[in-house]
Amino acid sequence: MVNVNPQVIIQTINLNCFYGRMQALTNLNIEVYKNEILGIIGPANSGKTTFLRALNRLNYLNPTYSQKGAVIFDNQNADDIPDDMLRKRIGIIFALPQTLPTSIFQNVAYGPKVHGIKKKSELQGIVESALKKAYLWDEVKDRLDMPAPRLSGGQQQRLCIARTLAVEPEVILYDEPCSGLDPISTAKVEDAMGELKSDYTQILVTNNTKQAARVSDRTAFFLMGEMVEIGLTNTIFTTPQDKRTDDYVTGRFG
Amino acid sequence: MSPGKISEYIIESLIKLSGLIIVGFVILIFLFLFRDAVSLFGGYSPGAFLFGRNWLPISEPPQFGILPLLIGSVYVTAGAIIICVPLGVAAAMYIAEVAPKSLKHILKSLIEILASIPSVVLGFIGIVWLGPFLKNTFGLTTGMCGLTGSLLLAFMAMPTIISISEDALVSVPRTFKEAAYGLGATKWQMLWRVMLPSAASGIIAGIMLGIGRVIGETMVVMMVTGNAPVIPESILQPLRTLTATIAGEMGETVSGSEHYYALFAVGLALFIITFIINLIADISLQKARK
Ligand SMILES: Nc1ncnc2c1ncn2[C@@H]1O[C@H](COP(=O)(O)OP(=O)(O)OP(=O)(O)O)[C@@H](O)[C@H]1O
Ligand SMILES: [Mg+2]
Repeated sequence: MVNVNPQVIIQTINLNCFYGRMQALTNLNIEVYKNEILGIIGPANSGKTTFLRALNRLNYLNPTYSQKGAVIFDNQNADDIPDDMLRKRIGIIFALPQTLPTSIFQNVAYGPKVHGIKKKSELQGIVESALKKAYLWDEVKDRLDMPAPRLSGGQQQRLCIARTLAVEPEVILYDEPCSGLDPISTAKVEDAMGELKSDYTQILVTNNTKQAARVSDRTAFFLMGEMVEIGLTNTIFTTPQDKRTDDYVTGRFG
Repeated sequence: MSPGKISEYIIESLIKLSGLIIVGFVILIFLFLFRDAVSLFGGYSPGAFLFGRNWLPISEPPQFGILPLLIGSVYVTAGAIIICVPLGVAAAMYIAEVAPKSLKHILKSLIEILASIPSVVLGFIGIVWLGPFLKNTFGLTTGMCGLTGSLLLAFMAMPTIISISEDALVSVPRTFKEAAYGLGATKWQMLWRVMLPSAASGIIAGIMLGIGRVIGETMVVMMVTGNAPVIPESILQPLRTLTATIAGEMGETVSGSEHYYALFAVGLALFIITFIINLIADISLQKARK
């Protein structure tokens, strides 16, 4: 499944993240390969969210946040890329679907509009193809003008995926995207992720180890702000090198 | 009934009662205005009142055309709104999202101080400073004109608009902001396309309250707009508003005279106008909420 000679698209070098004086991530060195689905697992407060949001600098919305070390994206230091460009290229899906209080259409069209696309016909094309890729088109094609918050939770989450896809990112970050969803909606989101593999690099943070086992190519285990281990998903779940990983994936703690 | 139920019942009744009392007051005010206002129309035609171009209460025969006053009010009010709404909302956006924390606190307390300046003091500033300044800048014959009133009224309405809009902006869920930023929106795009629409109902409420203050304000306009009851050709001319007319002339009229009733009719007109504006605001607010 993984390339023999994987191309690194994101790399962190000695990344340390702080909220005020509290250290949330310590000396993180991780490589993310192009077109893989990388699962991130770990107990609460292990720094998974902090890691994701460090990649597109969303952490900086918190005024107490600071970081040391480097995030390299596409052979460039992420700090050297303007925030809006970086976030266009690295999209994020949050745990709770963050639909905007407008119509389905406007939600998906928001990103392209922000990035300068004005023509209605062009927007319609983008919205349609994004909704299709997110497996939502058939369910909403007749009511694109309906307020998005009226969709079910699972539909809203796929709408958020469509919204992210509409800006044509290269990387998609998911922060526990299914934590509020029922099993059927979860399966649909996972299907969508599988379908997107050929075009996007995806990083999936999840509290549900089984989900990581199901969808990710490689899996990393985080604990108390450190990455304990990273490897092929199969290896992590069957023959991990670190005892703590073993304990976590077999459900002995966490 | 249990004691809890009884106290609940009492509280509920009290709330209902106070609501009814307020409604009762509004109706009483209206009836009171209406009774004295219609007395005018025994001898004076409503058409001449509404569309008369002259307000000459002590000429022979007197003329009570409120058109100049109406237009004066519209000029001053519209001028004030055009100035204070964009400035007020922009200031609210700045304070809510852009200003650094320390500056934010200073600005907020400054605005509270602004709100507490009595209108007479503003009128005074208008007479001794703003009026002469405008006179020199625009080469006017007098600085006591519509624009002077508009500027001061805008100044008075601004604190209300700013603080209510700022509250509305601050209470926009953080998730909306993150969603917009996550899609690569710049701060400005986030503000314009996400924050403003999400806070719209609160901002409109703030604007309406501010406008309410502008429409009802009497002292400032009486002091600085020149008090000329003629139809103004531009906002740079002296004019007179509905409110200033009532306040200025009420003391000189004989109770029960035609002039006296005419002022009540002016009051009634003002009441109806504000009522309609509030109604429109409420309806548009409800539409915006949907
Ligand atoms: N905004 C914040 N301000 C202060 N501390 C924070 C903030 N966000 C996270 N932290 C702290 O940073 C550490 C890492 O948090 P993070 O949210 O990255 O963990 P997580 O692995 O995503 O946890 P969860 O599984 O609960 O989502 C925690 O100790 C947390 O308390
Ligand atoms: Mg988290």
